[in-house]
Amino acid sequence: MNYESLAELSGVSKRFGKVLALDRFELQVRPNELLAVLGPNGAGKSTAIGLMLGLHQPDSGNARLFGDSPSNVACRRQIGVMMQEVTLAPELRVHEHIRLVASYYPDPLSADDAMTLTGTSPLAARPYGKLSSGQKRQVQFAMAMVGRPKLLFLDEPTVGLDIHSRELMWAALRELVRQGVSIVLTTHYLEEAEALSDRVVVLAKGRAIANGTVNELRALVDRKHISCVTSLSPELIATWPGVQAVNHDRGRLQITASDADIIVKQLVQADANFKELEVHRAGLAEAFTELIQEVAS
Amino acid sequence: MSATTFATYESRAANTEMSATRLRRAYLAETKYECLRALRAPAFALPFLLLPITLYVLFGILLAGNMSHGDKTVAKIMFVNWSVFGIMGPGMFGFGMFVATERSQGLLTLKRALPAPQAAYLLSKLVMALLFSAIVMATMTAAAAGFGRSGISLAQYVGIIVVDTLGSLPFCAIGLFIGTLATAKSAPGFANLAYLPFMHLGGLFYPLPHSVQRLEFLSPAFYLDKLGLRLVGAPSLDQLSSGAGPSSYGGPLLQIAVLAGVTLVFTALAVRRLARVG
Repeated sequence: MNYESLAELSGVSKRFGKVLALDRFELQVRPNELLAVLGPNGAGKSTAIGLMLGLHQPDSGNARLFGDSPSNVACRRQIGVMMQEVTLAPELRVHEHIRLVASYYPDPLSADDAMTLTGTSPLAARPYGKLSSGQKRQVQFAMAMVGRPKLLFLDEPTVGLDIHSRELMWAALRELVRQGVSIVLTTHYLEEAEALSDRVVVLAKGRAIANGTVNELRALVDRKHISCVTSLSPELIATWPGVQAVNHDRGRLQITASDADIIVKQLVQADANFKELEVHRAGLAEAFTELIQEVAS
Repeated sequence: MSATTFATYESRAANTEMSATRLRRAYLAETKYECLRALRAPAFALPFLLLPITLYVLFGILLAGNMSHGDKTVAKIMFVNWSVFGIMGPGMFGFGMFVATERSQGLLTLKRALPAPQAAYLLSKLVMALLFSAIVMATMTAAAAGFGRSGISLAQYVGIIVVDTLGSLPFCAIGLFIGTLATAKSAPGFANLAYLPFMHLGGLFYPLPHSVQRLEFLSPAFYLDKLGLRLVGAPSLDQLSSGAGPSSYGGPLLQIAVLAGVTLVFTALAVRRLARVG
């Protein structure tokens, strides 16, 4: 069956006591995409995911999963879930946890295959309670994908992972998307969203304040960063039109400007010894911070 | 983690229907791992397995045996009463504490998000508690048959094992309900708030004063104890102390109905709460 949206929230509002967690919120998870859901603490990310998983019922609006109610267990057989705040039975061994979750699905991977794919085979016989926090995340990832889901919900999947393990998980996530799996990722690591996402939704105060590709979000911030070694004084450069800030840092000048091309031309003309030029666009982190500040103000 | 091996992932057309065989396997897997984890948790398993048999041997066999000069009626009462005490713990604490802890730790939320069969979680906990109750009953029976000098027949032993193992169900249901209300930290306290009055009002350890006997009907242990005593043809401690001897304790059908009613009501309340708030 084909769906335009694997999961969808339409005009959803959800209130917990006096707190309006989501306010007429819209979200679609499309086939074959990695969607990052970002937002400060309390923005409504967990509520949005919880509604798509059928853990909460919307006060108004609709939540759909594979075209049906998320409370329908048959729909949930197409998803895998990795939650951040969950403690699994410490007495059970890794392979037992994975086998148990595999038993919930009609056509799962074998536990051995899931462990091979996630690099957890060496942990198979170890009690879950004896694992490091990073190893626990890897095991939870194996549990999330053992059912061969079409849609994965991953909440902070790389918290506690060392750099090597994190890069391997990133590679695994990219490969899963290439295999046709859609992924909804919530993360506080903006570089993770930047590296992996096809699309980013930013939430604040229960509403989506931005929705687009990483490049589209970065373009919202009219800012470039120029780094170079020059004999020109920072005070002089600060007077040039379009320059937003100039800092001197360990022999290099860090210039922030709206149009990098014009500034670079001026640097070349004004300083024959100008060298070691680096130009960066504003990152997702800056775009995110700016968006959140706009909402706050 | 190896991305190069992901060709084996083979994202397939989604099959959302579970065959009866796979559904049965899911229930079996949930039950198997629930029992395994409980047996591997010595802090949970040992008190519930060792405490009843230890107390029964000390007080029910040695002390009561000495004080009654080997009276078979007293031996029968001790076996039945300490058996009821033995099966109350796994039900009330096994359900109450495990469910409360797993709710606090997010495991129930994860199970609700995953396509775990709806009743598998509760059913696995139930089987775990029944397993512990059966183990408790096996050890109590072994001690009674070996040292109890109670004159209880093999058929009566089998009857008591079946009745008390099934009789743990109302305590499981009450424990489950406590587990759905309490936090991991408060669950033992709440479980004790019910466990201790049930135990004492059940008349398991001493004859109750006449004024307190009016409250016996509040304790499921009272009804289960009466069923067991009827099976072995012994009076309750209250009746023994007043010299009333074996007599009717209300019909067994009423006792079974009360125990079944408690089981159904508290299970329904707990299931409703789990479905609404997890």
